[in-house]
Amino acid sequence: MKLPIYLDYNATTPTDPRVVETMMPYFTQTYGNAASRNHQFGWEAEKAVEKARDLLGETIGGSGREIVLTSGATESNNLAILGAADFYKDKGRHIITSPIEHKAVIDPCQALEQRGYEVTFLDVDADGCISLEQLEKSIRPDTVLVSLMAGNNEIGTLSPLEEIGKITRKNGVLFHTDATQAVGKIPVDVERMNIDLLSCTAHKMYGPKGMGALYVRRKKPRVRLSPIMFGGGHERGMRSGTLNVPGIVGFAKALELCRDEMESEAERQTALRERLHKRLRAALDHIKLNGHPTQRLPNNLNVSFGYVEGESLIMGTSDIAVSSGSACTSASLEPSYVLRALGIGDDLAHSSIRFGVGRFTTEEEIDYTADKMIFAVKRLREMSPLYEMAQEGIDLSTVEWTPH
Amino acid sequence: MAYSEKVIDHYNDPRNVGSFTKNDDQVGTGLVGAPECGDVMKLQIKVEDEKIVDAKFKTFGCGSAIASSSLATEWVKGKTLDEALAIQNTEIVKELSLPPVKIHCSVLAEDAIKAAIKDYRKRQDIAIESPAA
Repeated sequence: MKLPIYLDYNATTPTDPRVVETMMPYFTQTYGNAASRNHQFGWEAEKAVEKARDLLGETIGGSGREIVLTSGATESNNLAILGAADFYKDKGRHIITSPIEHKAVIDPCQALEQRGYEVTFLDVDADGCISLEQLEKSIRPDTVLVSLMAGNNEIGTLSPLEEIGKITRKNGVLFHTDATQAVGKIPVDVERMNIDLLSCTAHKMYGPKGMGALYVRRKKPRVRLSPIMFGGGHERGMRSGTLNVPGIVGFAKALELCRDEMESEAERQTALRERLHKRLRAALDHIKLNGHPTQRLPNNLNVSFGYVEGESLIMGTSDIAVSSGSACTSASLEPSYVLRALGIGDDLAHSSIRFGVGRFTTEEEIDYTADKMIFAVKRLREMSPLYEMAQEGIDLSTVEWTPH
Repeated sequence: MAYSEKVIDHYNDPRNVGSFTKNDDQVGTGLVGAPECGDVMKLQIKVEDEKIVDAKFKTFGCGSAIASSSLATEWVKGKTLDEALAIQNTEIVKELSLPPVKIHCSVLAEDAIKAAIKDYRKRQDIAIESPAA
């Protein structure tokens, strides 16, 4: 086993060697500009792009002609939200989303609020689930877009895409989903789910960084977007810029591999995640699972270790790469806004760790991680005044603290 | 973020972790911070003739918070109460090479020292007053 252990697959993934291999010729041999229409270099690049585009579109239940290639999910989300809001502004200026979306959805929505749009943030319950009833009630005559993520990047909770799609379709509003964490991990079908716009990115599925896509439905309904970048009129005018041919080819290869291995990988990764969770739970008291217990991404485990601060825990397990919901490193000192939205107390938010398992995670790595975490939590609890008070039976909510 | 060597040293080998009995008249306890802010420090001093003869701490917080409080217990030991009151958070920042985002950890450690001394002095007042009452 090699150290350090990478368990942050929800942040990014290594590029699969098979993907890199597929990309290589497109740097040095087939290096043409896919928009060059008058020579072979361009034609070959275009052919590779179109083949990749078809695979991307078809894998999610659409077609290649509905794929707009972008630099990543952040750009896809921005284009979907800002582009649809602008194009349909005469129809209405109301958008519905949730408070636990990625910042690449929340921030464009808030930018629109500054420009006079109205945004409804749906409530989420303690597991991070929205209420379909509230969604339906929130739709107004001037609502143009509902943007709800497929799988949450921090807590792993999945949205009921099919049910959401039924509601948006019935009410004639567009449905955008940020499926960055879901595509490649769980089945996503834009037809069955009535998805009109879908964002995804290659680097979460063992593809290269800097490569993303936005699915834009072409019929029933035909979705139109105003561009947010102007130039050569690439991607049907929706996204100008020379196509990243090696990235596109790699993206398609990465998705193809995820698609072919999806069933077995989802099962294997879920088992690894559960193994880690069970071992932690067996050895430690006061631990809390964040996110939905079953309706969650196969590879995500998010746990709060009560009375232990997340950053100090990461420091004590420095040969394991995980991520913390505590934001002691940031200037704001605010813990994760996702955990806050779930109503999890700030104390437990500061105590949370996200584990993301992936294609290259082994059982041995999981066992090592469990041992290390258990040791570090116990050590830090011996040092924790909160744990001591809890052991003495003091209710921490009754203590007069001195926030700073 | 990279931690300084001294922070790592205190984190891996914290000095004076533990607790004294709270209702000992010789002991002063300072509990500062808040769980929702991500750091709580408990610093205790044992005093004999206005001199701190022992100190203990427990901290919930990041590595820098643990290191700041660990260092604070080292520094107060052997000092008179007035000397300990003079310890400034900037000295802790300097000793541990804390970056700007971690300065609040040193402030908290200074507050913890002051709160412990205040608690001790309050106890003395009560102890002196009660026999008379």
